[in-house]
Amino acid sequence: MKKILLILQREYLVRVQKKSFIIMTLIGPILMAGIYAIPAWLALRDNESRTVAVIDESGLFKDTFDGNKNLIFKPVQTTLPSGKQAVMDGKYYAVLFIPKISVEKPDGIKLFSKKSVSFEVENAIERALKNQLEDVKLIQAGINKQVLEKIDTPVSINTLNLTEDEGEKDSNTGAAFIVGFASAFLIYISIFIYGVQVMRGVLEEKTSRIVEVIISSVKPFQLMVGKITGIALVGLTQFLLWIILGTGISTVALSYLRSDKSVPAAQMEAAMKQAPALEQRANAADKLSSALSTLNIPLILGSFLFYFLGGYLLYSALFAAVGAAADSETDTQQFMFPITIPLILSFVMAQFIIQNPDGQLAFWLSIIPLTSPIIMMVRMPFNPPAWEIALSMVLLVLGFLAIAWVAARIYRVGILMYGKKVNYKELAKWVFYRA
Amino acid sequence: MYILSAQHITKRYSSHTALDDVSIDIPKGSIFGLLGPNGAGKTSLIRIITQITAPDQGQVLFNGEQLAPKHIGRIGYLPEERGLYKKMKVGDQLLYLAQLKGMSKAEAMQKLKEWFKKFDMQTWWGKQVEDLSKGMQQKVQFIATVLHQPELLILDEPFTGFDPVNANLIKDEIISLRNQGCTIIFSTHRMESVEELCDYIALINKSRKILDGPTKKIKHQYKTNTYAVEGEGKLISLPSQFEVQSMTNLEDGFFKATIKLPAGVVPNHLIEALIGQVQVHSFIEHIPSMNEIFIRNVTGEYTPSQSRYVETE
Repeated sequence: MKKILLILQREYLVRVQKKSFIIMTLIGPILMAGIYAIPAWLALRDNESRTVAVIDESGLFKDTFDGNKNLIFKPVQTTLPSGKQAVMDGKYYAVLFIPKISVEKPDGIKLFSKKSVSFEVENAIERALKNQLEDVKLIQAGINKQVLEKIDTPVSINTLNLTEDEGEKDSNTGAAFIVGFASAFLIYISIFIYGVQVMRGVLEEKTSRIVEVIISSVKPFQLMVGKITGIALVGLTQFLLWIILGTGISTVALSYLRSDKSVPAAQMEAAMKQAPALEQRANAADKLSSALSTLNIPLILGSFLFYFLGGYLLYSALFAAVGAAADSETDTQQFMFPITIPLILSFVMAQFIIQNPDGQLAFWLSIIPLTSPIIMMVRMPFNPPAWEIALSMVLLVLGFLAIAWVAARIYRVGILMYGKKVNYKELAKWVFYRA
Repeated sequence: MYILSAQHITKRYSSHTALDDVSIDIPKGSIFGLLGPNGAGKTSLIRIITQITAPDQGQVLFNGEQLAPKHIGRIGYLPEERGLYKKMKVGDQLLYLAQLKGMSKAEAMQKLKEWFKKFDMQTWWGKQVEDLSKGMQQKVQFIATVLHQPELLILDEPFTGFDPVNANLIKDEIISLRNQGCTIIFSTHRMESVEELCDYIALINKSRKILDGPTKKIKHQYKTNTYAVEGEGKLISLPSQFEVQSMTNLEDGFFKATIKLPAGVVPNHLIEALIGQVQVHSFIEHIPSMNEIFIRNVTGEYTPSQSRYVETE
């Protein structure tokens, strides 16, 4: 046991002190923050105002285009050729040409520009045209706009789950969807990252030939266990640091954005309008935080930890065996393939499972140890039956023990085997060798 | 008293037998040469002694006790394929390896300082192993092997990778360890170092032990009762019981001859026969080198009289 701790300590310290670990730890949250921050920042920065000349021959679209600070619509009374010329001269960003069209068949509307128009501008123009045409149609059909606005009734269903003890419980499918998928994704990615680290570590010891020195001091099983748990702790450390750093950065960033007087409210709003996705995201975040309270967070966090560790341990035992059976990284390919298949498969299946988290497929995949770490996490926010969770956890532990036993036997022989092309038949023999 | 006694060891792998009923006894405080051609089974035997693998049949006794994991800390092993963590600092690495052998950190630290001083490598402590030359890495590896003061030291080809100066340094270190009471198993193909160092040898070939015993006794066994004679004069004839295997007449009336005596005839008889005819300048018994004994046993074809080694000895 003392020796396992020594090995664990070395594996942990060597990796945590690596530059790549420190860089990943620092850059990880920045990257994640960047995904949210960069569009907002770009939108705020985009101050260039563009003028679109509108030649409206149909007369249907008076006062339709209100535009904003960055996108100005200017009705002009020129002909199309001179409008085009003005665009070529750089007077206008683009010219919108609306021929005499019927409300029923609005064909032939064209937008001329020197450079390709941005998606946002095209969208804004299409939206404006559509709204105006619909309004005209409504009036033609004899429906008053005010009446229509009265009819428009916002509806939001309160979904409630029936449980034995507490009666009704709020549920929120959207939040469950996001939480389930995000945790499954995290488990998938981290099994890959840290599993491959285990494999590399084993290979390093094998190719540098230090393994024979170590094995004359400790049992191969101790070395394998120490390495796998050491790297598991590296993973947990990285998660923890990311959570701390991520929370820190987002708090700082938010307070900075709020207190930033250099960005006038109007401009901010304009930016929001130009980036509707951002607005939606902000709304989604609000909804998410309120919806999160409807989920059983301690259960989800607890099971995340369990399935992360369980899944990682199971797969990393396999990765360790692969590293032991190979002589170089290129050699590992043939054995990597069968290991990654259940992993990738369960991640692909996760996207279907999430649509139907209580189906037959969901049940079976969340019970089988090779797929359960990912699939059960997808199902977790949808409150699967307790016995299914228990069964899945017990099977994962048993599956881990069985796989670790086989892996350790392959490992023990493989680490001392050099320069031999190994196939599956050979591996099977190793499992039954006497130590 | 044997520090290690391997009894009737058999080890089979799926396709071949690595060791077939091999027994060796290693006396305490000796340097024991474990010899054999490549693939003979030396490494398999060493791996059993270091408890990396277990034998299929037979047992190993350490100081009379059944070999067990508790003995790991009392055995030091320098594998033929050297290896260290390349990206780890020399000091950290040695501390780690010593602790794996069961030393406390403080104890390891103190011993390490002594060795660093002895090998004049104090400045290496914070260097990464990959920044050291191959010879320097070998020194580090040697320290890793002996740091925990093992009672039994197993050195597999310890001199490969060392320049002559450092090879001598290691050789002196091996002898001084033996003088301090350490027992050394020394596995090698380099026969000249065997003659120099080993008190006992065992020769393994094709999974079987074919020869073992004290080095001197074995050499005595393989003596062919052959003498190299040099002198001045003309050696015309010798009684027929003496077999002249080679005869070279040199310039100025000198000669050189190799003469074999029949069993039971003492060398003085030959000297008597020679004295009447020539001036004897030197008279040396030809003792077979370990190399000859090795080749003779392994190939089974060799006879010393036909070899150039006779002329050069």
